[in-house]
Amino acid sequence: MSEANVNTPAEKPAGEPMIEIIDMHKWYGAFHVLKDINLTVRRGERIVVCGPSGSGKSTMIRCINHLEEHQRGKILVEGVEVTEEVKNIERIRRDVGMVFQHFNLFPHLTVLDNCCLAPIWVNKVPRKEAEAAAMTYLERVKIANQATKFPGQLSGGQQQRVAIARSLCMSPKVMLFDEPTSALDPEMIKEVLDVMTDLAEEGMTMICVTHEMGFARKVADRVIFMDAGQIVEENAPEEFFLNPQNERTKLFLSQILQH
Amino acid sequence: MDTFEKHPDLPPPVSEVGVIGWLRKNLFSSPSNSVMTIAALYLLYLAIPPVIKWAFIDADWVGNTRAACTSGGACWVFVGARFEQFMFGFYPQAEHWRVLLTWGIFAGLIGLLIAPRIPGKIWIGSFTLFVFPFIAYNLFHGGVFGLPVVTTSQWGGLMLTLILSTVGIVCALPLGILLALGRRSKMPILKSVCVSYIELWRGVPLITVLFMASVMLPLFLPQGVDFNKLLRALVGIALFQGAYVAEVVRGGLQAIPKGQFEAASSLGLSYAKSMVLIVLPQALKMVIPGLVVTFIELFKDTTLVSIISLLDLLGIVQAGLTDPKWLGMTVEGYVFAGLFYWAFCFGISRYSLHLERRFETGHKR
Ligand SMILES: Nc1ncnc2c1ncn2[C@@H]1O[C@H](COP(=O)(O)OP(=O)(O)O)[C@@H](O)[C@H]1O
Ligand SMILES: [Mg+2]
Repeated sequence: MSEANVNTPAEKPAGEPMIEIIDMHKWYGAFHVLKDINLTVRRGERIVVCGPSGSGKSTMIRCINHLEEHQRGKILVEGVEVTEEVKNIERIRRDVGMVFQHFNLFPHLTVLDNCCLAPIWVNKVPRKEAEAAAMTYLERVKIANQATKFPGQLSGGQQQRVAIARSLCMSPKVMLFDEPTSALDPEMIKEVLDVMTDLAEEGMTMICVTHEMGFARKVADRVIFMDAGQIVEENAPEEFFLNPQNERTKLFLSQILQH
Repeated sequence: MDTFEKHPDLPPPVSEVGVIGWLRKNLFSSPSNSVMTIAALYLLYLAIPPVIKWAFIDADWVGNTRAACTSGGACWVFVGARFEQFMFGFYPQAEHWRVLLTWGIFAGLIGLLIAPRIPGKIWIGSFTLFVFPFIAYNLFHGGVFGLPVVTTSQWGGLMLTLILSTVGIVCALPLGILLALGRRSKMPILKSVCVSYIELWRGVPLITVLFMASVMLPLFLPQGVDFNKLLRALVGIALFQGAYVAEVVRGGLQAIPKGQFEAASSLGLSYAKSMVLIVLPQALKMVIPGLVVTFIELFKDTTLVSIISLLDLLGIVQAGLTDPKWLGMTVEGYVFAGLFYWAFCFGISRYSLHLERRFETGHKR
């Protein structure tokens, strides 16, 4: 474990563990997707997860908020174990925000209603307050002027920023990003990464599955490389990119960095 | 060429616009098309004038008895004389205002519900669903506030048709939604119960269901427990229609991407809230055309209740045809009933088209 991060600013709090994944395994039917996953994410840490397609990155982060179920091992979020129990799951999902590759905005609701829905129906915030809060988050992702539009009327980059704001409206303690820029046209990637960078600078704990290596270099405390359902390598970004230890990591990096 | 000049937009050639252009493009684009057009026009020429002659020119409109019909065309006097019965069945004339008032309230509520931009639709909707049925029943049936009792056996005509179809629709929709959700559930027992229910009811004709409800159900019920024939028919129709609605709704549910439910879950919404707030609104909007088709079918299928001697609109028209004083009015009676059903179904279908168009804007993925 690389506790001493070379590139981390001094003010970074050596926080207590937010997420602990201990000896976790998962199967889809007979297919062993995740094998012996161990990962600890501390408060304020930014983790970037990369690896070839089908290596289990999405599955791993989806286990954290129980969109997928693991069969062996333990996952703790703020000390609460992720189990079948509805109560635990509800509590964990309130603390864990998620942003998806395909945005998954609700097409029948306006941008503002997309953001207010969960605060109103889950946290029982009065509508006026929820709307005011939503507007401040929409301002933060620089899209407040589109609040009354429907998602279908926005560009991909704008939709993904709305999705981030929607998640933030629940004041999560951790944000999970599952390839948030992979479905975007190149000219829109930056606007989303900028929002994510801002979020990181404000101290949000984040796990990002992404192949944006510039973002990883700039923001990550640790980069994790997965292959065939296992965590193959885990290192500070500098080390990870300049001096990869594992053959598979080297191959992967050469493939994605060659152009 | 170093100067680029924007070419001006020229008007289209005459063949592309105007009446001539339209005719040429749509009716006479090829020799075979022209032949078809001329043949169709000739058929219309053969068919329409006699119908108009019968229905309007040679028709008798005023009078009270059969004797008023002398011109040889349609005898609309029959429909006029029987009109109240067609509308209200054997509901006492002095009490007709109760029926009209009830439908008036209902139309008002529906109007409020479908008018855009009216606040508090949840309350209006809940009132319509949960309070209005009691008001309607008490007004129709009476026995409260000094209103004389009118038993359900006196209800008939259009009034009965509308009761059967609205109650059928209102009960079948929630039942169908629950069945559709159950059919997609991960719980094997719940799933198989819903599948069996749907397949059982869809495999039986409505006429059988109505017979069972009116003839066989009493055999199974304990002595003395006898409930109303109309109620039995209503229960049968709702249970039957629920199965069809379920299949339509299931189609909509399947079309909603899994990501919608996942996004809702990841925000902390429970299964029920995700369904009610996210998945169902989208799924139902998508299946409006299918739902309208099943409801138009139900509206027309309510005519089958006449076999268990409930006299709906068609039933009461048929009963009127057997009146010795009005023998030979078959065509007039059926034309009238047919027009009435057509007008209702056409209205519903137009409204659904309008709804589809309204929901289309901006919701596209
Ligand atoms: N619902 C599922 N059922 C069966 N196999 C699945 C399912 N979802 C993903 N998989 C398989 O699990 C593996 C890991 O998938 P995923 O976590 O999506 O990979 P990644 O996000 O790294 O591309 C892949 O081989 C994929 O085919
Ligand atoms: Mg993935």
